Amino acid sequence: MSRLSFAAGALLALCCGGTIAQTAAEGIERYRQMIAEGNPAELFEAKGEDIWKQKRGPKRASLEQCDLGLGPGVVAGAYAQLPRYFKDADRVMDLETRLVHCMVTLQGISDADAKRNPYSTPERPSDMESLVSFVTAESKGVKMNVALSHQKEREMYQIGEKMFYYRGGPHDFSCATCHGEDAKRIRLQDLPNLTNTKDAQRAYTTWPAYRVSQGTVRTFQWRLFDCFRQQRFPALEFTSDASIALTTFLAKNANGGTLAAPALKR
Amino acid sequence: MADPMKIRAAMQGDKVEVKVLMSHIMETGQRKDAKGANIPAHFIQNVTAVHNGKTVLAAQWGPAVSTNPFLSFRFKGGKPGEKVQITWTDNKGDKRTDEATISG
Repeated sequence: MSRLSFAAGALLALCCGGTIAQTAAEGIERYRQMIAEGNPAELFEAKGEDIWKQKRGPKRASLEQCDLGLGPGVVAGAYAQLPRYFKDADRVMDLETRLVHCMVTLQGISDADAKRNPYSTPERPSDMESLVSFVTAESKGVKMNVALSHQKEREMYQIGEKMFYYRGGPHDFSCATCHGEDAKRIRLQDLPNLTNTKDAQRAYTTWPAYRVSQGTVRTFQWRLFDCFRQQRFPALEFTSDASIALTTFLAKNANGGTLAAPALKR
Repeated sequence: MADPMKIRAAMQGDKVEVKVLMSHIMETGQRKDAKGANIPAHFIQNVTAVHNGKTVLAAQWGPAVSTNPFLSFRFKGGKPGEKVQITWTDNKGDKRTDEATISG
């Protein structure tokens, strides 16, 4: 039984009861390494692949013909070039928005139904989280490459940049308040300085991620949604232009970083 | 029907190292829902690993094990190409068995 290790309980005990001199950041880093090989995101990737191939909706169609930017059905490497402008929708789209678009156009699911359950709860799993896990995993090891070759993409980037530095809400917070300087943290979580390329790459390329504390894979839309909540901003609407603008800004700034998503986070 | 497990089995020297990811909600029975009612306990109780018809690991689990548990162990006597079967049973009688081939 000595070789047994259970994900949360035993590993936490190991990391925190071990060397006393270890700093919290080192402890968390070691904990991440220990469970990286057993990342439960893999369960979501497998489930997402099933959902991708299933015939669903009124049109009884799968998502296998969904064009994520590299042509219908091409999944590998697609996430590294999102968000991008899609001519068929005349709109800049991130991955989640494009998946909703494909569910509506290919499967005949209503827009409202496709957007109904983006963030799971323990009682209610989310297909979106599984689909996003599958698609992003197909870009593992690929370098981020958001081109901004279309005028609308450049506009989105500029709006995203404005939003990043825009201060508002009851706390007068901007994204940059927490993510504009080195060595900031919330409780024990080190916050990336997103104005510095290395941090920006590391942060963006490790989302989506399986959150051990929440027992599920969270998407990039969720990351921004929860940042807005922590800032006490109005709720960020799923697949809104605002969410896509901010994603475009952050994704472009991570260009050159190697995708490692879905990663594992505490 | 429960979702499949993800199993890796590979030789580490003369031993086989097995790593298993299970998909399970692992509800403790201690939590309450939005209305204040108890959420019933739902967790894996028994885990067994079988190699060549012989049980190489048997474990009894409780509600303290995390959601989507990860299990890693080693055993002696396995060879590449042979199979390892993992089975879990939970407190509601739900059951799942998956197998993996030992790689070199």
